[in-house]
Amino acid sequence: MNILTHWLREYLPALEVSDRQLAEDLTLRGIAVEGVHEVAGGHLFEMDITTNRVDAMNHYGVAREAAAIYNIPLRKLDDECAPANVGAGYPVRIEAADLCGRFTAQIVRNVTIAPSTGIIAERFAQLGQKPISNAVDITNYTWLAMGHPTHVFDLDTLEGSIVVRRAREGEKLRLLDGSEKTLTADDLVVADEKKALALAGVMGGWDSRVTDTTKNILVEAAWFDPAAIRRSSRCHGLHTDASHRFERGADFAAAPVANRYVTHKLVELCSGTPDGPMTDVVIPEVEAKTANRPRIALSSPTVQRLLGTTLDGGEISPVLIEQYLEALGCSLHPASEVGCYEVKLPSWRLDLEREIDLIEEVARVYGYNRFADTLPGFSGGVDSLPHRAQEETIRNTLRAMGWNEVIGSTFASEEDAMLFAAQRTAVPMGNPLNAEAGVLRPTLLSGAASMLAANMHRDVRTARIFELGAVFTGDTQQVQEAQSLSMGAYGSPAASAIVSAKDGLFFEVKGTIEALLAQFELKSVEFRADSLPPWIAPGRGARVLVESKELGAFGELDAAYADRLKARETIVLGEMDAAVLLASPLRVPLVREPSRFQAVERDLSFFFADTVTWDQINSAVHNLHIAELTSVEPREIYRDAKGKAVAIGEYSLLLRVVLQARDRTLREEEVAASIERIITALKELGGRQRA
Amino acid sequence: MSEQIPQLSGHDDATLDQAFAALQKQVRAGAAALSTDEARENFRLAWLGRKQGRLKLISDAWLKTAPVEAKKALGQRFNQLKTAIEAALESGHQASTSAGPGLDITLPGIRRAAGVEHPLTRTMREVVAVFEALGYSVGIGPEVETDFYNFEALNFPPNHPARDTQDTLVIADQEKKPGRERLLMRTHTSPVQIRSMIAQEPPLRLVIPGKVHRNDESDATHSPIFHQVEGLCVDTNITFSDLKGTLDHAMKSLFGSAVKTRFFPSFFPFTEPSADVQISCIFCGGKGCRKCKHSGWIELLGCGMVDPAVFAAVDQRRIELGREPAYGSNISGFAFGMGVERIAMMLYGISDIGLFYSGDLRFLEQFA
Repeated sequence: MNILTHWLREYLPALEVSDRQLAEDLTLRGIAVEGVHEVAGGHLFEMDITTNRVDAMNHYGVAREAAAIYNIPLRKLDDECAPANVGAGYPVRIEAADLCGRFTAQIVRNVTIAPSTGIIAERFAQLGQKPISNAVDITNYTWLAMGHPTHVFDLDTLEGSIVVRRAREGEKLRLLDGSEKTLTADDLVVADEKKALALAGVMGGWDSRVTDTTKNILVEAAWFDPAAIRRSSRCHGLHTDASHRFERGADFAAAPVANRYVTHKLVELCSGTPDGPMTDVVIPEVEAKTANRPRIALSSPTVQRLLGTTLDGGEISPVLIEQYLEALGCSLHPASEVGCYEVKLPSWRLDLEREIDLIEEVARVYGYNRFADTLPGFSGGVDSLPHRAQEETIRNTLRAMGWNEVIGSTFASEEDAMLFAAQRTAVPMGNPLNAEAGVLRPTLLSGAASMLAANMHRDVRTARIFELGAVFTGDTQQVQEAQSLSMGAYGSPAASAIVSAKDGLFFEVKGTIEALLAQFELKSVEFRADSLPPWIAPGRGARVLVESKELGAFGELDAAYADRLKARETIVLGEMDAAVLLASPLRVPLVREPSRFQAVERDLSFFFADTVTWDQINSAVHNLHIAELTSVEPREIYRDAKGKAVAIGEYSLLLRVVLQARDRTLREEEVAASIERIITALKELGGRQRA
Repeated sequence: MSEQIPQLSGHDDATLDQAFAALQKQVRAGAAALSTDEARENFRLAWLGRKQGRLKLISDAWLKTAPVEAKKALGQRFNQLKTAIEAALESGHQASTSAGPGLDITLPGIRRAAGVEHPLTRTMREVVAVFEALGYSVGIGPEVETDFYNFEALNFPPNHPARDTQDTLVIADQEKKPGRERLLMRTHTSPVQIRSMIAQEPPLRLVIPGKVHRNDESDATHSPIFHQVEGLCVDTNITFSDLKGTLDHAMKSLFGSAVKTRFFPSFFPFTEPSADVQISCIFCGGKGCRKCKHSGWIELLGCGMVDPAVFAAVDQRRIELGREPAYGSNISGFAFGMGVERIAMMLYGISDIGLFYSGDLRFLEQFA
């Protein structure tokens, strides 16, 4: 909507600020001026007014705001019109009283229809409003001035009284835009005794329109029910200035003013003569819900308690409260308690219903930025989220080890969801964003897999990603939401002397998981090779159990899945139930003072059959319960595909044993004795010591 | 390079010191020029050669002929000399292999790359930290919500357009349920405010980060999946000026103390009075630039005083659950919310919102 400042100033004779200052002051009060353009005589403001302030979408409405802001007088709109003459004018009958609350009609005879000239033509040109003819332009000018839609009929096309009624099912009506509409009983029409004349509140009819040859006019200004107009406007795909206003609630009290304003202009600019008084039919029940709403209570202590301190020092005074609200059209009647009022609400502000609405108006007109910046006093304690530290630990630990956090879509295709979470049920969306987002993700794996594949296809050489986010299971009646942790990797595994390059990535992920779990106080962590989920290549993954509960699984992506993603290289994926970790206490490091005595390292070299696992070797050594045993670890594992250095079916293991006592330097004989026991234990496992 | 080793003139300490000092001097002189393999080999032969090396000759000439009582003193000095020769050879070797002409310190360092904190996680953490310092607790809630928590209790009227499936993503098969129990993807983190107030009595200060969803078309600046941080402060006598002061402080903490804030009237169903907040452009300081569309201001927040209808809905629910109503007319509060993506895009110069959810490491690794 556009506003001309020179038009605005007609209503504000005492306005002294510049147009630009006016634009800024209005904007800071929620009547936003988006653009200021110079035009002859002043400026054009491009307005952006929220739909709840439909009353301010016209010149008089904006002028009213300015009058309140600057505390200056606002000229009455009907000052220039002839005094009201209400009585039995053209006969009007409202049949649909629930849909039409008020209807005014005025006959104006002997008009001369011609193109508009003078101020209307000038202002239409500046506002980009299309001129039609002087009589029709007057209704549009009235609309621009005060925001109330009006209509002019060619009086000589009417047959009998005006009847406002529901349309008959299938009734035909040709509208001003030339289109012919078939109406339903949901439509409201302005009709005469014989036929429908106009689609009420939306658009006038073709047959009763004012033409170049029109001599006599009937002026209509009415109030229609917002819901009825919205229905008609939607149903027929007609969005007009009139429907825009009526849909959002027009000013009940404005109808007779608008009618007089149009009549006055028809006299002034079309040399017409009013014939008889203006008919004004009012439905009291509707008036009671609009123009005559019950007064509401307002207490200035509440205003002050809610708004707080101003930059002018102190709080908003009752004097200012009265001044602002009166300027906006409220009337304040003192109530029995000091500083309290009964407030009659203006008919054009249907958005005001409660005390808080009035408090907002006070704050708005005073200016939000004229309130001080204060801080509330502190009371109450701070409750930390119970798992906040765990969540941070997961993120920080993974990041420290080179893993990058990703955030994926909350949705997945049903196909992907089932591929990766066959044992779970996925919850379908009622209005999915697209076919790829048909269900709530029951797993983070499908998202991780496609992100990895996408990176691969972008020639990113290595990827380590994790996501900590919600997954959803259950059904459409009951959705379970839980936190999950996914990990995905491909490319350049960490170098190691104990695992082959082919297995490196798996062991890197395993190491990451081990390090992550080591941050938590868990009684036991186990890795198991059996019962792997279908997305893990057979024999190439592990399940993770903590304290004998299933935490998750990880491993190399199965070839069929990899092919689907067109993945060129091995991907390792894993997913863990983050809820278990979030509920576990973090490990508190318990420090043991380092021994002051020297540690002794011994490297032992053995051949073992492939069937002997590290877990067996490790347990065999630990089961000796050698008190001084500090660590035992594999330093190198070697297999010879040619069977020369190491026989096929065997591997060589370089084992490092560290012995250290806390109370003495170990003597050579003690070390030798312990090492001998270890050698014996390993031989019992089938190991042969290398020469 | 065979040469005569002079006879020792005596075996007292002073004589020995003098003789060995002369030899050490020769070692140091030779050690200065050991940058090539050839020079090192010559040096080694000259001193350590098995047959004609000087040490051999010294051993023959001095050690073997020395009287028994002088052997210890001689032997110690002899060993020191040998150590010096070996050290000279070792450092000559190191110098030639590692440096050659010296370190090229312009070569890239060897890095062990840490993983990247997602820019949205990072932004949420930073915003949350500001409010934690003001005594706010962190609140979270489910991403799948009911109509009651997402709309009804937040004073959205029954026919509000936000409830439409054109705006809100809904779970399938909800039609048969009562309206307030219908499941949907939360469209904002505000339901956590309601959940918290139903669970706790005032005073309450909460900062709520989280993922939210709307049925929006994707484009460069809009995504149907995005994140918000909301805040809620409820107590007796919380005022609009407290809201202003809190957000002004928070914006200064986040973007620098020179940042100014500006409040505009706005409309949200769950707050009244409601405001939009702009901050002075952090790029041009308010002078006007491309980033702020030459206005000097950037819109960043929505906020307002908690609408009394929200408190009423909370108390109504508390009564239904058998709790005492606690949000009566003596209670007031404010709430605010901001889009995390918008802040991150502004701070880091990101022009395509889709990058946040792509998992594209070429994008993410820039936050290392």
